[in-house]
Amino acid sequence: MQITSHGLWTLIHGMGFGTLYLLACSGALLELYRFTSPAEFTLASPNRARFLKAYLVLMVVLAWLAVLTGTYIVYPWYRAAAPPGITDLSLYPQRLLMASPATIGWHSLGMEWKEHVAWLAPISITMVAFVFFRYGSDLRNHIQLRRAVLCFAWVAFLAAGVAGFLGAMIDKQAPVKGGHTIQLSGGGEQ
Amino acid sequence: MNTTIGASSTRTPDLPNGSGAAAILAAGVGAFALAALAVAGDKWALLKPILSFYRPTGPLSGVTTVAIILWLVTWAFLEWRWRRKTVAMARVNAIAFVLLVLSILLTFPPVADLL
Repeated sequence: MQITSHGLWTLIHGMGFGTLYLLACSGALLELYRFTSPAEFTLASPNRARFLKAYLVLMVVLAWLAVLTGTYIVYPWYRAAAPPGITDLSLYPQRLLMASPATIGWHSLGMEWKEHVAWLAPISITMVAFVFFRYGSDLRNHIQLRRAVLCFAWVAFLAAGVAGFLGAMIDKQAPVKGGHTIQLSGGGEQ
Repeated sequence: MNTTIGASSTRTPDLPNGSGAAAILAAGVGAFALAALAVAGDKWALLKPILSFYRPTGPLSGVTTVAIILWLVTWAFLEWRWRRKTVAMARVNAIAFVLLVLSILLTFPPVADLL
């Protein structure tokens, strides 16, 4: 069982930071809605507020790590220029996708959208976390602020969802390969 | 432990809304800056090398770096101006939402290609 270093970084970017962030989104949306709802019958305990703050900080860290590893580690391998005359494009995912009319859309629409829309997630979730830290349960008394926070939290979720879906589909069509090989296990007899 | 306070707990806010409004409007500005720079970098060949701050990543490095700087500078400025104020939140929200919707539309390649 082997994996290349480029493949491992793609896994860390997508399945690690990206997926963990997406998994956290539904919990954050629900808890933000409940915690700040003017219709809630109860005032939240300090423990609940502390938990939500820690949860949001974790989401902010995951969102930034996802876009930074994607942009500065994985994307350069994706867009690497193939040397002239090369026929095997498997190490050059962007060129591989662009070489066929059946797959070019995964680059021209998929990657072109993903590489930019993904950045809306960390910007939005950082703002959401900041406002929650500043106002906490007082948000229920600021109806307009609360509305904006929930809206941006949804955008942070949807933007990451679009980026995650496109990233998974692009990697399925033209996986990022290369780098040194990492041996995960010795394998068994056939 | 939860404390029951009645069916609706809306009270007079403890803090003015200025700080939150600054963060919300700045996020809208940052998102829009990102999308606008992405379109500009795509349309004007002259901008591509200028925005290539980190050559392996290409113009995306400049687009995102400049957008993040604009977002943080806007945020810091608005926070400084509005921190202790109560601002017209409906108008701030409307502007932030318009910027956010525009940024989502502009990052979508078929829409950007229409420009």
